[in-house]
Amino acid sequence: MSALPANETRFLAGADALAREIADGACVGLPPDYSPVAMEVVRALVRRGAKDLKLLGVPVLGLCADILIGAGCVREVETSAVTLGEAGLAPRFTAAAEAGTLKIVDATCPMIHTGLQATEKGVPFMPLRGVLGSDLVKHHPDWKTIDNPYAKGDPILLAKAIVPDVALFHARWADEAGNVWVGRRQELATIAHASKACYVTYEELKPGDMLADEILAPGCISSVYVTAVAPSPRGAWPLGVPGVYGIDDAHLMKYAKMAKTAEGFRQYLDEFVLKPVAA
Amino acid sequence: MNYAKEELLACVIARLIGDVRHVAIGAASPIPATGAFLLKQGNPSLRISLLQKRTGNPFTQGSRELFDLAGQGRIDVFFLGGAQIDGEANINLVEAEGKRFPGSFGSAFMYFSAGKTILFREEHSPRVLVKNVDYVSAPGWSPPGVERRGGPAALLTGKALFKWQAEKRRFLLESVHPGSGAEDLRGVTGFDYDAPAQVPETVMPTESELRLLRGPVAGVIGENYPEFARRVWGGQRVSGARIKSGIGE
Repeated sequence: MSALPANETRFLAGADALAREIADGACVGLPPDYSPVAMEVVRALVRRGAKDLKLLGVPVLGLCADILIGAGCVREVETSAVTLGEAGLAPRFTAAAEAGTLKIVDATCPMIHTGLQATEKGVPFMPLRGVLGSDLVKHHPDWKTIDNPYAKGDPILLAKAIVPDVALFHARWADEAGNVWVGRRQELATIAHASKACYVTYEELKPGDMLADEILAPGCISSVYVTAVAPSPRGAWPLGVPGVYGIDDAHLMKYAKMAKTAEGFRQYLDEFVLKPVAA
Repeated sequence: MNYAKEELLACVIARLIGDVRHVAIGAASPIPATGAFLLKQGNPSLRISLLQKRTGNPFTQGSRELFDLAGQGRIDVFFLGGAQIDGEANINLVEAEGKRFPGSFGSAFMYFSAGKTILFREEHSPRVLVKNVDYVSAPGWSPPGVERRGGPAALLTGKALFKWQAEKRRFLLESVHPGSGAEDLRGVTGFDYDAPAQVPETVMPTESELRLLRGPVAGVIGENYPEFARRVWGGQRVSGARIKSGIGE
């Protein structure tokens, strides 16, 4: 934690250049499907044959995890759920889980937030109410129950600080100063603050410095956290960017159907992932 | 008057929510949302936070805000389901009999923190309602000394309504839904429960409830759960919309 840089944000050519910076074996913090996901980078990771990634769902995972798992890029996931929402179960995650080929650390949403918030503050752990008596506590390697030091006979659960190697997400805007704007999707800020490196693709580049704008500044993640950005118009597709474009529900349904079988998933990769999307 | 099963369940949910200030409703829960908006017709100050709302989401601090609100006691009612639910109100969202489910989401926290939780699962079968869950995502009760604000209030299925008896740690059958084929309820329920000698039928929706459901409620629900609204109300938002199928026919 001591050697984190005061970043000068680098500007990369695109999603494939960005994907090359994410090392095999990295722990990658990712948002849920309703928050902007850097889907074009996810596809680029499959194209470059990324290996042994550990995915951290903040607090849950969806399409991006299912594609990376199906493509053999993932060794482990820690998450509160993997789901395609209205499109149903995440088929490649489910198949890998049932075949025992994927290490899964099950969590619950606020324990993941709490572990990241501990890292934001630079403290080793943070307590959270509830959860005690859940089998999650038995199986999770990093959760401990202590007695509240301020009251007798009051057990309380601790989340160990979580430090992802990489935060990866998509944003509506980046600016020339290297800040990115995520609006109300503040789980992205939590991931960015807690991670050793932060990679962001964006829809549009704004001239100047958004932090100089009182309206835009509160929705920004300061460049101090941002390692590198890259342009990727419609880079969240088939997921959405709130206020810009919505989730492509029809495509999600198509994916859910195709990915039911390993063969169908291969066809999906051929059609939508392995050939670079013209953008 | 004919009604759809979803309408009956929504009316039950409206009664179960009761007189509270703030209801939060998770993803993929159109029936609880329908019940909450039905209740709001008579109680306009009821705050309903739909977590899955794609636009105009009630939170500004990202996905952790719901949990922070609940941790402070600002959420009165929440809904949970389960791939399995057992007789001690434990729920399992992780795995059973070699099958993997999506995961526990926020259940292990919300079940403790919300003022009360309504368990809702339409499928009423021995596969879902089991003696003991294979994995406890969130426990139905906690031993003395463990801080816990809330817990289960009731379990509503497509066939019946059970009330949770915290002191006995057992469900009590409160009513069975009309026409739900619940003659042999014990045969399709994997856990043991208490029941009165005469089991009442679940109260049917009233005409005024149905008018509200098919008018203003259908409109609101259609914005957030279009598929559901189309299925139940035929995509119509007008009062008196013809119902395609109903268990009360």
